Amino acid sequence: MTTILSIRDLRKSYADGFEALKGVTLDIEEGEILALLGPNGAGKTTLISTVCGITTPTSGSVTVGGHDIQTEYRAARKMIGLVPQEIALEPFEKVWNTVQFSRGLFGHGRDNARIEEILRKLSLWDKRRNAIKELSGGMKRRVLIAKALAHEPRILFLDEPTAGVDVELRKDMWEIVAELKRSGVTIILTTHYIEEAEAIADRVGVIDKGELLLVQEKDTLMAQMGKKQIEVMLTEPISAIPDSLSVHQLTLNGPGDALIYTYDTHAERTGITTLLNDVAQTGLVLRDVQTRQSSLEEIFVNLVSGDPA
Amino acid sequence: MNWAAIAAIYRFEMARFFRTLAQSFLSPVLSTSLYFVVFGTAIGSRIQEVEGVSYGAFIVPGLIMLSVVMLSISNASFGIYFPKFLGTIYELLSAPINFIEIVIGYVGAAATKALFVGLVILGTATFFVDIRIEHPFAMAAFLILSCLSFSLLGFIVGIWASNFEQMSLIPQLVVTPLIFLGGTFYSISMLPPLWQTITLFNPVVYLISGFRWSFYGIADVPIFWSLLAIIAFTGLCLAVIGWIFRTGWRIRS
Ligand SMILES: Nc1ncnc2c1ncn2[C@@H]1O[C@H](COP(=O)(O)OP(=O)(O)O)[C@@H](O)[C@H]1O
Ligand SMILES: [Mg+2]
Repeated sequence: MTTILSIRDLRKSYADGFEALKGVTLDIEEGEILALLGPNGAGKTTLISTVCGITTPTSGSVTVGGHDIQTEYRAARKMIGLVPQEIALEPFEKVWNTVQFSRGLFGHGRDNARIEEILRKLSLWDKRRNAIKELSGGMKRRVLIAKALAHEPRILFLDEPTAGVDVELRKDMWEIVAELKRSGVTIILTTHYIEEAEAIADRVGVIDKGELLLVQEKDTLMAQMGKKQIEVMLTEPISAIPDSLSVHQLTLNGPGDALIYTYDTHAERTGITTLLNDVAQTGLVLRDVQTRQSSLEEIFVNLVSGDPA
Repeated sequence: MNWAAIAAIYRFEMARFFRTLAQSFLSPVLSTSLYFVVFGTAIGSRIQEVEGVSYGAFIVPGLIMLSVVMLSISNASFGIYFPKFLGTIYELLSAPINFIEIVIGYVGAAATKALFVGLVILGTATFFVDIRIEHPFAMAAFLILSCLSFSLLGFIVGIWASNFEQMSLIPQLVVTPLIFLGGTFYSISMLPPLWQTITLFNPVVYLISGFRWSFYGIADVPIFWSLLAIIAFTGLCLAVIGWIFRTGWRIRS
């Protein structure tokens, strides 16, 4: 794996003195999908804007494909495509023209075949002669993606691509992202929907109050940080947990026909073997055993609300 | 230089112009004709000649300047204000282009449109009065420099403005009075001595005087001063643009 984007101790204070980024360090590998997860105001847009050249960093450095975003901004920016959080388009402009404009802006000559390919991929081909104002919100978002892809970037930033978007469209968006990944584009997307990160990311970064709290493989993150639960289902309901099982700190479910055991997957001993032995000793008859992994959501809530002190 | 980007911006701005070409063409024709009817006939019947030039012909350079200046400012200011207003400026800021290229694209397009209208007015005027151009090169230079320098000023206004009221503030409150008091419709020598002196502080006087000289060889102020004034004004606008470029004023947070 090669690092395509490298952010080092990036800080950003706005003119009013507010520090929106407090020293973010992050490496992004070529070809991956990284989801930046964080509540509103966490600094996700600020981070993207700084990497893309829309705001100037207060300190720190960013390199894209080895090019510094300030001293070699042309080479760095050519590699990046940005889909902004807010829909911003010229209402009277035609779809085709606005995508063509974006391509030119990034220094590329005309390439009708390439633009056709992009428009088709985003299901915009039939709308190519329409003015932007005639399109639905979802279509406009696709136009923004088409504009961002017009110069064939290696890295694509999607700032909250599915915020305020209906379920159908969100699934479409995920499909588009997966398709882009297959074509070799590195994708960084921000979201405050956990299920989105869970569904499409390879790695997840959690950001809050201008700080990157962690970045990890999604699976590792869930395995490491996640508590797992075993649900031991009984053939006959019981009214109370037998005393002999009290060491396991079990809870009984509502109907009383399942014992729930919570354990840390990264603990030395999970205690599963002794638990099952002890349950058998009490004479209870097992109907089924299920494991359940806690979602990113729980991890996220724990992290963000967790008091560092 | 990212020429493709400059071309993209220029084309985009010109496309807006071509979409409304009929309007862009007809409105200066109409307004020029009206000026001739109102000023040329009503006032021209009292002021027959100014320094040997018929009054109708005398006002032509001023009329052209009036439109060219106003259009340069409005074209360039709206050109850059709209992306700010609509939020599409994110694309300019994240593109591999520098501020100079952005300026060339927007100012180039604004100046082109103003130049086009200036030539339409000149053409329309020939239907009403006899026009001679004694110094065609000087005429072209003054016209092009005016289009460029006031487009630069318009660009600055567009960057500076944070709402639509501010967009019309400079053109309405500053530029229009300066143009009307700058000898568009009269010669400075027709004013009382005190006003003649005060008028010399109006930069537009130098512009119109020089432009008129290129037509008829008559001027209110020496041609050298006119040339210096327009060059100094262009330089000043470029300096301000350069400063905006270095500081990112009102563009990059
Ligand atoms: N131009 C600005 N000036 C001052 N503060 C800003 C500006 N833009 C964003 N902020 C502040 O910086 C913080 C991070 O904002 P943002 O990056 O937009 O968060 P997110 O995208 O994660 O919701 C917020 O508290 C926001 O109010
Ligand atoms: Mg945001």
